[in-house]
Amino acid sequence: MKGYTGKYLRVDLTTGDIRTERLPEEVARKYLGGYGFVGWTLYEEVPAGTDPLSPENVVCLWTGPVAGTPVPVSSKYIMGALSPATGFIGFGIASGGIASELKAAGFDGIVVTGKAPSPQYILVQNGRAELRDASDLWGKTTWETEELIREELSDDEVRVSSIGPAGELLSVLANVTNDRNRQVGRSGIGCVMGSKNLKAIAIRGTGDVEVADLDGLMEFSRDLYKRCRGPATEKYRVFGTPANMLVHNRLGCLPSYNFQKGTFEKVEDVSGERMLETMVKKITACPSCPIACDHINEVKEGPWAGTVSSMDYESLELLGPNCGVSDLNAITKAVELCDTLGIDTISAGVTVSWAMEAFERGLLTSEDVDGLDLRFGNGEAMVEAVRRMSLREGNLGALIADGSARAAEKLGKGSEKFAMVNKKLEWGAYSLRPLQTATLGFATSVRGACYLRSGSYQPDVKGTVDRYHLDSSRGKVVFEGENLYAIIDSLIICKFTRGIYKDNTEFTKLIKLVTGFDWSVEEMIKTGERIHNQAKLFNVRFGAKRADDYPPPRAFEEKLYDDVSDGAIIIRAEYDEALSGYYEERRWDEEGIPTKALLEELGLDATLGV
Amino acid sequence: MEAKKIIVCDTEKCTGCEICEYACSIYKEKRINWSRSRIRHVRIEPTFDIAIACRKCEEPLCIKACPRDAVVVLSDGSVKIDKDKCNGCGWCIEACNFGALKLDWEKKCAFTCDFCADLGTPMCVEVCPYEALEYTTLDQVGHEAGKKAFKRIIEELS
Ligand code: SF4
Ligand code: SF4
Repeated sequence: MKGYTGKYLRVDLTTGDIRTERLPEEVARKYLGGYGFVGWTLYEEVPAGTDPLSPENVVCLWTGPVAGTPVPVSSKYIMGALSPATGFIGFGIASGGIASELKAAGFDGIVVTGKAPSPQYILVQNGRAELRDASDLWGKTTWETEELIREELSDDEVRVSSIGPAGELLSVLANVTNDRNRQVGRSGIGCVMGSKNLKAIAIRGTGDVEVADLDGLMEFSRDLYKRCRGPATEKYRVFGTPANMLVHNRLGCLPSYNFQKGTFEKVEDVSGERMLETMVKKITACPSCPIACDHINEVKEGPWAGTVSSMDYESLELLGPNCGVSDLNAITKAVELCDTLGIDTISAGVTVSWAMEAFERGLLTSEDVDGLDLRFGNGEAMVEAVRRMSLREGNLGALIADGSARAAEKLGKGSEKFAMVNKKLEWGAYSLRPLQTATLGFATSVRGACYLRSGSYQPDVKGTVDRYHLDSSRGKVVFEGENLYAIIDSLIICKFTRGIYKDNTEFTKLIKLVTGFDWSVEEMIKTGERIHNQAKLFNVRFGAKRADDYPPPRAFEEKLYDDVSDGAIIIRAEYDEALSGYYEERRWDEEGIPTKALLEELGLDATLGV
Repeated sequence: MEAKKIIVCDTEKCTGCEICEYACSIYKEKRINWSRSRIRHVRIEPTFDIAIACRKCEEPLCIKACPRDAVVVLSDGSVKIDKDKCNGCGWCIEACNFGALKLDWEKKCAFTCDFCADLGTPMCVEVCPYEALEYTTLDQVGHEAGKKAFKRIIEELS
């Protein structure tokens, strides 16, 4: 089998047993890799009724076939588990050196079960793995953990994925960090690691990575490098993803004040342009990436001088305008806290903005927020709230450490109405009412509130649909996006490169050069459909229903007024129709349950089908 | 003798993508294995990146260090390791200030960059997507630096 090592590690933390298992070729052909393998592992191994924080939950780390090859941008891995945040499938994709190092060490993935009796970390080296004591690492930040493991092993090239204190303290927002600035951000994978006493996974490999056609792949990769330097990716190269700040503000879809508005009056102060001018110290790339979108900010003055952290659009937007904050220094500091203490920046931003709104509405007292002046726009208070949330410190930390949905449940008083979540996970940095196709895509996503599963914001932003209204035809847009993205997330390549492929035949070409699988475009898309349905089926096992596929109430109940929108709102009947249209396109019933006929056609387990 | 050309890396431009490492291992060894690349990317957190290959030193420490006279210098200034003499002790690797030699544990022999003698432009330089690498002489590097400094002065004065 080319493109795969054909082996993966199984680690039982309870017994300390580690073994190498064969990755069957049928599985590779059926699920391709990455996202597909996460769905496969979880569906096979996590039974209905499992408590996400029990030893019975599984946390897995997978690569895809392109990992470790020169294909741009192939340096991605995925981690998955039953999410403690949503109660459904949880996963996150990150770049950095983990994927290629694991491949070179001779494995496609790692499946971890059980719970270690004391803090431990997994060390994988060429062809073998061991559990090592992590008692001294417990309580350390992710950046410290990376450094300490490298020191312990006297090896600078070891790559480390670790959790910070937030994961140890079982925050359902906890993420996993590798190479300092790369995160498996969403759905609380860090929390599951914490529940298993698993501090980190460290990997070092020096073997060959094999592909089906090396010369052909290098030639194609070189062509793709050139295209990566073209107009399709220019804005990411110059300003990084923060290039979107001004664009989204112009479109009126830049969430501010906890999604109460879609424009921000001080957007100039937090634009990608301003950031490049005043904050960016270095532009860096993930391994194998010719784009280099990663913009590293440095705080030059004030109380946080010397802080250095990596800034992307979502973090900047949600910790910035969405909290009313226009101080780049404060936002850079907040991102550093999230990355080192181990919490997702998206969930952090939207949770703090929820607390700010509750505070301004008088639903939270000064005592509830430990005396902070938690008004919108107060950067210092935002930073302190992020710190308290990550460390579960004080009344405020205790209230919001597990995100806005759970905080709102505790607080009540109608605050649930402005918890900007879907499936209890915080919404990405795209306003709901002026981007209605996007909203449908986010709300139906298997991971919850997810902007990365279908690219459903693209037709809205490009203006190819009426973005202020929905109809049943939008289901098809989401359906098609999801099927292709399932392939991208299984290969795994960076979504910023999707625009450099001329058409879908180039994806099949790539698959052939790497794995030798000679797929037609139809077969590839069917595989994407299978991968997506497998993930959905896992959610069905955990009780997913139609009601889980709706955006937060604000979308339907409050009209949006700002510099661009004049009363935009999602009409519930239109949303219902679009949702039904989506289910129909997917061949799911009105509750979003896949039909038996579809599951059988896709070669999936049909017991849960209707 | 022609002025020696070396590979210089503009650390402002280098992003740490390691594509040079991939390209080198694929071109020189017909396999994907960045630990076999002749050029080495190094990152010093949080914001410093560089890719370094052999510097063609005037007095190569690797040659001095080798107890078996296996390292010899060629007319272009690069060094070559004589496979018959080398037994993989690694003293040359230790001696090099730049980490420009590596050990091939399969062939039990040290190896280093040959500047892709068969190509006009070295593969790593050709492939670097950010044009961070240049195959040039130290004299030219100095000239460029002088130009840059002068430009800055002109800008400040005008
Ligand atoms: S290819 Fe260029 S930018 Fe990338 S690591 Fe090498 S020298 Fe740096
Ligand atoms: S010049 Fe050729 S051999 Fe030397 S580092 Fe570059 S690609 Fe490798």
